[in-house]
Amino acid sequence: MTTMLELNDVHAYYGKIHALKGISLNVAKGEIVTLIGGNGAGKTTTLRTICALMRPTSGAAMLNGENLSNYKASQLAAKGVAMVPEGRGVFSRMTVLENLEMGAYHRNDKAGILEDIEHIYALFPRLKERRGQVSGTLSGGEQQMLAMGRAMMSRPSLLLLDEPSMGLAPVLVEAIFSTVEEINRQGTTILLVEQNALMALQIASRGYVLQTGEIVLSDSARALQRNAMVQKVYLGIE
Amino acid sequence: MNTINWRRVIQVGLIMGVVVLIASIIGMVQTFDERDMIAGLLTLGQLLLFAPAFYGGFSVAGKDERRAPVPTLLAGLLAGALAAVPVVLLVALAGFWTTIRDYFVNVSPQLIEILTFGRESVSGSLLLLGVMAGLGLLGAAIHLIPQRVRRPFINATMFTLVFSLFSDVPLNIANQFLSRDLVRLVFPSKGITVVAAVVIFALALAVALWWEFSGRARRQQQQATITPEARRRNSLIVMVVSLALLLVLPRILGIFLTNVVAQVGTFVLMALGLNIVVGFAGLLDLGYVAFFAVGAYVTALLTSTGDLGLGVNFWIAMPIGVIAAVLFGIVLGIPVLRLRGDYLAIVTLGFGEIIRVLVRSDLLKPVIGGAQGILDVGRPNFGSFTFVTPEHYYYLILAGCMLALFIAWRLRDGRAGRQWMAVREDEDVAEAVGINLVGTKLLAFAIGAGFAGLAGAIFGSRVGSVFPNSFELLISINVLAIIIVGGVGSLPGVVLGAFVLVGLPELLREFVEFRLLIYGILLIVMMLVRPEGLWPSAVRRRELHAAETDEPSVAAAEGPLHEEVQPLV
Repeated sequence: MTTMLELNDVHAYYGKIHALKGISLNVAKGEIVTLIGGNGAGKTTTLRTICALMRPTSGAAMLNGENLSNYKASQLAAKGVAMVPEGRGVFSRMTVLENLEMGAYHRNDKAGILEDIEHIYALFPRLKERRGQVSGTLSGGEQQMLAMGRAMMSRPSLLLLDEPSMGLAPVLVEAIFSTVEEINRQGTTILLVEQNALMALQIASRGYVLQTGEIVLSDSARALQRNAMVQKVYLGIE
Repeated sequence: MNTINWRRVIQVGLIMGVVVLIASIIGMVQTFDERDMIAGLLTLGQLLLFAPAFYGGFSVAGKDERRAPVPTLLAGLLAGALAAVPVVLLVALAGFWTTIRDYFVNVSPQLIEILTFGRESVSGSLLLLGVMAGLGLLGAAIHLIPQRVRRPFINATMFTLVFSLFSDVPLNIANQFLSRDLVRLVFPSKGITVVAAVVIFALALAVALWWEFSGRARRQQQQATITPEARRRNSLIVMVVSLALLLVLPRILGIFLTNVVAQVGTFVLMALGLNIVVGFAGLLDLGYVAFFAVGAYVTALLTSTGDLGLGVNFWIAMPIGVIAAVLFGIVLGIPVLRLRGDYLAIVTLGFGEIIRVLVRSDLLKPVIGGAQGILDVGRPNFGSFTFVTPEHYYYLILAGCMLALFIAWRLRDGRAGRQWMAVREDEDVAEAVGINLVGTKLLAFAIGAGFAGLAGAIFGSRVGSVFPNSFELLISINVLAIIIVGGVGSLPGVVLGAFVLVGLPELLREFVEFRLLIYGILLIVMMLVRPEGLWPSAVRRRELHAAETDEPSVAAAEGPLHEEVQPLV
């Protein structure tokens, strides 16, 4: 398997706060890799560094051998990286359809875009029903679906998801995660950041455990599920 | 059947009473009394006294139409009477406290005379009490009329009042076409005659009743059956007619009103620019007046025939002024636009002040005139024909506004409009989908600055001189208020807002000392009653009222609202 994304001893600061203390991880093409950890562990910071929304002070995030720090955040969509940020990653005053169109912002192939919109509707039938609705009035779950649909509109090779389960009812979390699996089956590599370790480890092939800016564990998802520390801290199993 | 909440009646009555009292002791009633609305019957000062009593009665009677008539009327009567109590006490107090004017300078004999209808204080006070109680009763009684009659009645009354208050407008128009004697019949000196008021009210009522009972239904039927082609044809006709009207407007309005419209137009131009920055791109710029100043000063310096000027032709200087403003916008924008929200507002606020202090300063006095400003600013010309009168400048400003409207409209519906909207909504996501943040913001900033520069260039030439005082912070606030009152992000809203906030005060010039007070009250009331603005954009409307329609169905959203936004691809 070829390595798609690789982080090599990445350090990042918020002012004086040392948020990432040497993160190293890699994601191979076609995988679902999950990054689990509690509040303030540095999960979102890691994603922001990959997206060039933050600059690492040392170390680098490499995509297919290219250093992502050499690009602006706005250039990464064209490089095949799409991100769904934490919470509501939608343009709330635009309709569902307009949001999907925005997702294809850097593309010019009109026919392909229309085709992809239909593809997103097939993936999320709810969005098709609500296509003319202002997205700020959608439910939390629908907004999450829309954010993912919007990200998929750029035809990414790597999809970064930041806590897609946050604030959603369990039944919706199940639906979202099975769609994530479906998206992965169709060929998109996924880096999934989650607090909900139970769900994340069920669909991921490998996982990293992040604590206060450092990776403390990395293993296959199955092994992590059986790990005593993970069970105690993240899965709530005594 | 609900009973009357008497506590609320007393509360509302007293609040209205305090409103009347404050309006009296700050001198508003007396100043406004000089403006006749209906000659010999009603002045604006009296309206200010009476309107709260009427409104008090109207509001305590409430919306519940199944209420018993007698208590409803009693509640109105009580609220109206209570609204009179504080000023009646004021009259009594002024009667024996002779030095009251040392403390309340506006409690003058004239005010007492207004409050007592020129009678002696006891009978006058009783009359005032009676009139206001009666108006409260009337306000309550309105609720007893069936709604379909009530609405036309209220609308006709409002129309008559507005017509008589702004009688300058019809007066000036009438002067253009009718003989002096005929005009005098309706407009004596200020306001309108009683007969004219009755006729106008009757006509307005007739129209309003016709609309209520037949017109509206007919129009709705028409709207329902209309084909898209017919609709397009209709809107084309409306556009052509309004354009033709705009072209002959100075002939209809006369010099005074043309000048007012030219002033409004200058603010329309600025507001259209700020609307791109604030409304489309969501960047709060409080120093917008700086770009107006740059446009005005550059053009004035180039064209002035005075000591400081170069005497360049206006048509060459104006584009240079606009370009200077745009460049200024970009130079300021590059460092500042990395800031978000409140920080941006503060920095631009400071920047606007820096510009004002600079143009005032002695340091730059040899170059730009300091507090003395620049005189003899050049005027545009075509060969031997030179722009001089308000009418000439009207056309220049009209052309500028049309250009700005066209540019703003095309940008809003194009790719740039989508970029701005995305950046306004969520900067991170916008960047993630591939939008260049700095470039997008700079574009908005530069275009907004360009519009302000154009407004400044024309303004300097129209006024004939440029002074630092014309570029105060208040102008920035004023322009911002225009787009908020009109409807943030809405092009017709911006135009309407400028007419309301710049045009109407021009027509009520003699009340200039109360201008800011009225302005403030208006802004507060607007934000409470109609936060989306007078003429909101489709996007704002669907956002703010999405919650009111229970299920914002796909069908509804795909209707006319959706058509206004062109697809991106």
